[in-house]
Amino acid sequence: MSLKKVHVEQPKEFKFSSENLRKAEEILKKYPEKNKKSAVMPFLYLAQRQNNNWIPLAAMKYIANFLSMPYISVYEVATFYTMYNLAPVGKHFIQVCTTTPCLIRGADKIVKLCKEKISPNENELSKAGNCSWMEVECLGACVSAPMIQINDDYYEDLDEKSAKDILDSLIKDKPLKPGSYRGRTNTSPEKKQNINGENHA
Amino acid sequence: MPKITINGKEIEFEKGMTVLQACELADVEIPRFCYHEKLSIAGNCRMCLVEMEKSAKPIASCAMPAAEGMNIKTNTPFVEKARKGVMEFLLANHPLDCPVCDQGGECDLQDQSMYYGVDKSRFVENKRQVKEKYMGPLIKTQMTRCIHCTRCVRFATEVAGVPEIGAIGRGENMEITTYLEKAMDSELSGNVIDLCPVGALTSKPYAFEARPWELKKTESIDVMDAVGSSIRVDTYNWEVKRVLPRLNNDINEEWISDKTRYSCDGLLKQRLDVPYIKKNNKLQKSNWDEVVSILVEKIKTLNPDEIGGHIGDMVNLENALSFKKFFSVIKSNNLEFREKNFFIDPSEKSNYIFNSSIKGIEKSDLILLIGTNPRHEATMLNARIRKVFAQKKVPIYSIGNPGDLTYDYTIIGNKTDDIKKILNNESDFSKILSSSKKPVIIIGESALELKSGKYLIEGFKNFLKNNNFINKDWNAFNFLPQNASTVGLIDLKILSKEENKRNSFFEKLKNNQFKLLYLLGSDNLDIKKNNEFIVYQGSHGDRGAEIADLILPSVAFTEQNGLYENLEGRVQECKKASYPIGEALEDWKIFNLISKALGKNENLLNFDSLREEVLKSIPNFSKLNELPNFKNCELINTSPYFESEEVNIKELDYFFTNAISRASKTMSECRQIKHSSKKTGTDNL
Repeated sequence: MSLKKVHVEQPKEFKFSSENLRKAEEILKKYPEKNKKSAVMPFLYLAQRQNNNWIPLAAMKYIANFLSMPYISVYEVATFYTMYNLAPVGKHFIQVCTTTPCLIRGADKIVKLCKEKISPNENELSKAGNCSWMEVECLGACVSAPMIQINDDYYEDLDEKSAKDILDSLIKDKPLKPGSYRGRTNTSPEKKQNINGENHA
Repeated sequence: MPKITINGKEIEFEKGMTVLQACELADVEIPRFCYHEKLSIAGNCRMCLVEMEKSAKPIASCAMPAAEGMNIKTNTPFVEKARKGVMEFLLANHPLDCPVCDQGGECDLQDQSMYYGVDKSRFVENKRQVKEKYMGPLIKTQMTRCIHCTRCVRFATEVAGVPEIGAIGRGENMEITTYLEKAMDSELSGNVIDLCPVGALTSKPYAFEARPWELKKTESIDVMDAVGSSIRVDTYNWEVKRVLPRLNNDINEEWISDKTRYSCDGLLKQRLDVPYIKKNNKLQKSNWDEVVSILVEKIKTLNPDEIGGHIGDMVNLENALSFKKFFSVIKSNNLEFREKNFFIDPSEKSNYIFNSSIKGIEKSDLILLIGTNPRHEATMLNARIRKVFAQKKVPIYSIGNPGDLTYDYTIIGNKTDDIKKILNNESDFSKILSSSKKPVIIIGESALELKSGKYLIEGFKNFLKNNNFINKDWNAFNFLPQNASTVGLIDLKILSKEENKRNSFFEKLKNNQFKLLYLLGSDNLDIKKNNEFIVYQGSHGDRGAEIADLILPSVAFTEQNGLYENLEGRVQECKKASYPIGEALEDWKIFNLISKALGKNENLLNFDSLREEVLKSIPNFSKLNELPNFKNCELINTSPYFESEEVNIKELDYFFTNAISRASKTMSECRQIKHSSKKTGTDNL
C-alpha cells in the first residue's frame, strides 16, 4: 500500500501505443457514451502495462483527456487501488502475500529473505536494479500458501529454500518457472489417498 | 401529502425529502457533518444516525428518503449510543488542538462532541499525521484535522465548477488535496472554509487574527460588484477582520466570491486619513480648513461649465445624491459615473437592470450571453448560471468569447452581424430562441460600448417584446452592470444625456475642457491629465489620488450606512461596521463643509433627508431588499445606428477591479498566482 506516493521523476509525455489504442477503443465500446469514464480503470491498467508496470502522471492526464474527466478524478482512482503502481518497480516485481494463511505457513521468512536479497525496505530497487518487492494482502491462493506473485505469475507452496532459489534466479535475471514448488499440479492433493477403499484424487 | 412520525409526532412532508429534512420540519435537530443543503448527499460521516422502526440497525437520515408511515426516533438510548460511537471514531484521529485552532468557537465538531460525544477517550494508539497541503494564498490547511466529510470536494465539483479537489488514497490513508497541490482556480474557493465543519481548511489571511466571540458582527452587503451579495462584516475594534456570507437565496445563496471575502484587508491599507495638497509637485499633509478654502477659491474663479464631476464604483446613493446636489449648488451639470462610454437608455428602468432576477435564472430554459464574462463581472450570478447548467442542462450560448466560465456554452458568433441576423429572424438561433419558454438574454457592458450599443438594446427589446418574452411573469431582457453603484446612479440620473453627444462629459474630458475635475471615489476613469485641477475625494490612495492636486479623505463602505442598488434593482442597505479613520468624513458632510464655505448655508444636507429623497427618486421602487415593480414597456420605433463590429469582451483584472481590492495584499497575491500560472501553463504536469 505504499506505492501511492507520486514519483519525483516523471516522464514528460505519455501516449497509448497503437496496439493499446486499439484495445482502448475496444474497451470504450463496452460502455455507453455518457458513461465512458467507467473505462478509467481498464485504461489505467493498460497504461501501467505499457509503462514498465507503473503509471506516470502524464498517463493519468492523458487518460483524463481521453475520457473527458477531471485530472483529480483519475488521480483519485489511481491512488485508491493498491494494484496501480505510481512509482517505478523492478523488472521482476515481487509481491509477497502476508495475510494470515500465508503468514501461518511462513510468509515472514520469505519477507526476511526479500529484505536480505533484494532491498532492506519495500519498494526499493535491488542493487542490480532489476527487482523490487512489496508485502501485499491476500492474493487468493491460500490453498498453496505461502506464495508470492512475480509480475503475472504465482509461485506457490514455497519454503525457505525454494524462495531463496527463486529470488536468486531473479537477481540473475533467469527466473525459474512459476507454479507449485512441492510438485503439485495446480491445487490437487499431493498424494493419492485411499480412504475407505476409495481413491481420492 | 405523505406523513411520517418523528418522536411520536406525526408530520406531513413533501415527496422527495430525506428523513433528515423531515426531522428538520419537525424541529428536531440532527447532528451532521457531511450533509449540506446546497450540496449533493454523500452519507459518509454517519453522524446523522437515527432509529427507524423495524430496522435492526440505525439509519443515516441524510441519505434515507422519507416514506409514508415511517416511524423515526431520535431521542432513544439506541440513537444516543450510535452517535457516541460515531463521534468516538471521528475523534480517534482528530487532534485535540482546539486551543490553537482557528475554527475554535465556531467548530461543528467541537460543538457536536460537546452535545453528543463521550467525555473521555479510550483511544491510546498514536493519531495519524497528515502533511499540510498547499491550496493557494487563501486557504490554510491543517489536514490532520480533516474528518473526510468531502464537503469541499463536492463544493468544488458541483458549485464552483472546478473539479480540482479530491480524496486520494483510501481507508486510514485517505487525504483531501487539490490536484498536485495547486492553488484552486476559482473565484469561489474561499467558500470551502465556511463549509469545512472542522479546522482543516481555514482562512489564511485571517489565521490567528481573532476568536469568533471577540468580533462584532454587522450584517451588511457587498459592493465589490453589482450583485450586492449579503455579507456579515466582522470587526475587532475598528479593524475589519473578515467578511463572511449571509444566507440569501435570492442573491448569493450561501456563497460569496473571493474578492468579497478577502479584499477586506485593503480596508486597512493605503487609506487617506487627512486632507492632502499638492505643493511643488508633491502631496503634502494639510487640514480641512486649508483644503476647503483652496477648493472654494478655485470654484469661485471658474465658469460652472468648466467643472466636471465623476462618481466612482463604490459610492452609495445618499452620497451620490449629495454630490448631485452640490453640483447644482455650483451650477454645473457635467456629471458622469460611467468609466467607459457605454450606451445606457435611462428613460425606463427595465433598460438597465437584470430583469429576470438572479433567482429567476433557475427557471430559465435558455441563456444567451452577449459581450459579457459573468464569471469575472458578477461571480455570484455566474454561480447561478452554473447551477441551472449543472442541474437542468440548460443550453447556454454566447456572442463573443468569454473564455472559461466553469460550464459549457456554444459560441454563436462574435460579430454584431450575427446579432442582426438573430434579430431579423435570419439565423437558426432565432428559431431556438423564440421556441424557448423562458429565455434569459444577458447584455454586458462590453457589448454596449460598441457603436451599435443602442441598436443592441432596442433590437433585443423589440425582438423579445414581439415574442412575448417581456411580460409580468417573465422578463428576458437583462443588462449586466459591473459596479455596485451603477444601477442606482442611473436611477439618480447622474450621467450625461445621450442627445448632446458632442457636449458630453466624455468629449469634454477627452478635449481637456475641464478646468476642475472632481472625482468622488472614482479610480477607474481613464484620464489624460493636462491642465486640470483634480480633486479626489475617496477612501483610498489609489489611481485617482495619484493624479490629484487636492485630496479629501472620505470613508469606505464599511464605515458608513448607505443604500446601494444591485443589478436587479434591489435597494439594499450597507451598514456601518467600523469607524472612519483619521480625519476622514462621510462624503455628504464634506459637501456641507464646502457649501458652507461657499456661503450657501441654505443648501446644507442631512443624512435622513438624503435617504428619504433617494428612496423617492428611485423609479419603480417597491420596498427595501425587494425587487422593483414591473412596468410594461412599449415597442420602440426608431432605427438606431448599426455597424458591423467585432464583439470583444474586455477582460477584467478580476482581483484588481477597485480601490479596495487594489490595496489588498491578499488580492495581489491571488493575482500574481493567476498570472504566473497563465504564463508557465499548468499543463506540464
